[in-house]
Amino acid sequence: MPKYLLLKHYRGGPEPHHPFPPMDQWEPEDVEAHIAFQRHVSELLKENGEYVDAQALTPARTWVRYGGPDAAPVTTDGPHPETSDLIAGWYMIDVESRERAVDLAAYVSSEPGPGGGPLYEWIDVREVMSDAPRTTDQA
Amino acid sequence: MIHEPTGRLDEGALRVLVPRVLAGLVRRGEDFDASEDAVQEALLEAMRTWPEHPPRDPGAWLTTVATRRLVDARRSEAARRRREEATYAEPRPAATDDGDDALFLLFCCCHPDLAPASQVALTLRAVGGLSTREIADAFYVPEATMAQRISRAKRALHGRRLCRPGDLAVVLRVLYLIYTAGHAGRVDLAGEAIRLARQLTLATEEPEARGLLALMLLNHARLPARLDSDGRIVTLDRQDRGRWDRREIAEGVRVLQSALAVQRPGRYQLEAAIAALHDDAASAEETDWPQILAWYDDLVALTDDPVRQDPAAMLGRAVAVGHVLGAAAGLRETDRLREVLGERHRWHAVRGHLHELSGDPSAAAAAYAEAARRATNVAERDHLVRQAARARH
Repeated sequence: MPKYLLLKHYRGGPEPHHPFPPMDQWEPEDVEAHIAFQRHVSELLKENGEYVDAQALTPARTWVRYGGPDAAPVTTDGPHPETSDLIAGWYMIDVESRERAVDLAAYVSSEPGPGGGPLYEWIDVREVMSDAPRTTDQA
Repeated sequence: MIHEPTGRLDEGALRVLVPRVLAGLVRRGEDFDASEDAVQEALLEAMRTWPEHPPRDPGAWLTTVATRRLVDARRSEAARRRREEATYAEPRPAATDDGDDALFLLFCCCHPDLAPASQVALTLRAVGGLSTREIADAFYVPEATMAQRISRAKRALHGRRLCRPGDLAVVLRVLYLIYTAGHAGRVDLAGEAIRLARQLTLATEEPEARGLLALMLLNHARLPARLDSDGRIVTLDRQDRGRWDRREIAEGVRVLQSALAVQRPGRYQLEAAIAALHDDAASAEETDWPQILAWYDDLVALTDDPVRQDPAAMLGRAVAVGHVLGAAAGLRETDRLREVLGERHRWHAVRGHLHELSGDPSAAAAAYAEAARRATNVAERDHLVRQAARARH
């Protein structure tokens, strides 16, 4: 069965369905409802036998590269922090089909936003490459 | 047989007993769900106690212990129900069917109402006797996720009559799905699928069951040559044929011949016949492509609209056309599949192969690169990137 990552972003992606403020400016009960929904998605996936992993990432980002021989690693927080994509977290799922992954992503995107209505957040759906050796030949 | 000379328990021999014990309980009218749990508990108990106290009749021992577990479970369930003042259900009559145990259980586990992932998991546990941990490892999911998948599947079967013969086509598809899942972790799923298919052929005369077993054996025989020592994919035309398993090929051919003799061909028999022709060639150059093309013609004739209903067979046929009628003819065949398969890596990989055959390395490189971008498997992606680089230089 294929695995997919459903990626949530702090920013980046296609034009948002509607503008909304960052979560720290929401009403407290809207924040609670949003967090409760995310927990509910994890529980639903577990109940379905489709859950592999779910994680959230802090927004602080450090780019690192090799500094060269005998040099310290080179780090930066990025030249365009306001415009680049920033991943907020993911669900990893193990499902029957791509269609099922898309349905689940749409469900994740229906999470409640400010005022309690759906957030219509864009979810980035990425297939995980399988590592298992094939048992048939290919061209 | 159950004990190795070292005194350790032979888990393989123990697992062989599972279908017989479980089928016995279910036929007696016990619930599938509860019986499966009881047999798993009996297996754990066996692993604990047999090294010290080996039983005289392992199968009977497992049946007795599993039955005791069922009675215990029913007692606590009955007590609960009495507390809730619920009415008693009539005990279900024992089924009388005395067909083969493995076949009976395969029909239960491959119930058409279950999703493929559930059919696979349940088959590996109830018929294969694998633990939930092992099945989870084989599919790289958490054990809790696999446990949930199995228990949902069992709940879906709850209360259904399981004594009618099921759909053999579904059973064959599930076994092939297990075979193609390959081997990962501690469990050799391909080997397990072959073992289950062998059991199945003992229980049914259906030639497609033997066709499937033959197909698996004839493909599995090439496994030792399919990857080099660094884990890189080696394509059929470059494989060291001395490393193919001759014993497995001989068995596959024997099984296939007995199936074809029935003269009711089906897709597994036809695919096995194609695999047999590849296995039979002493070198890639000696491959009997005209005969392979003839089998492909039979294969695509099984459906009314093969482009939509069986594009994978049409793609395989395009390769054969390329070798018999020339690369240009093969490429024309793939053109017909662009709409259906154009987004799949295999379509581009086949085009790369045919462009190479036609002596057009730059078109081949471009096709292989497209294929690599669409691959969903790490080893295949790496292989296609190498093919593209090789064609370019």
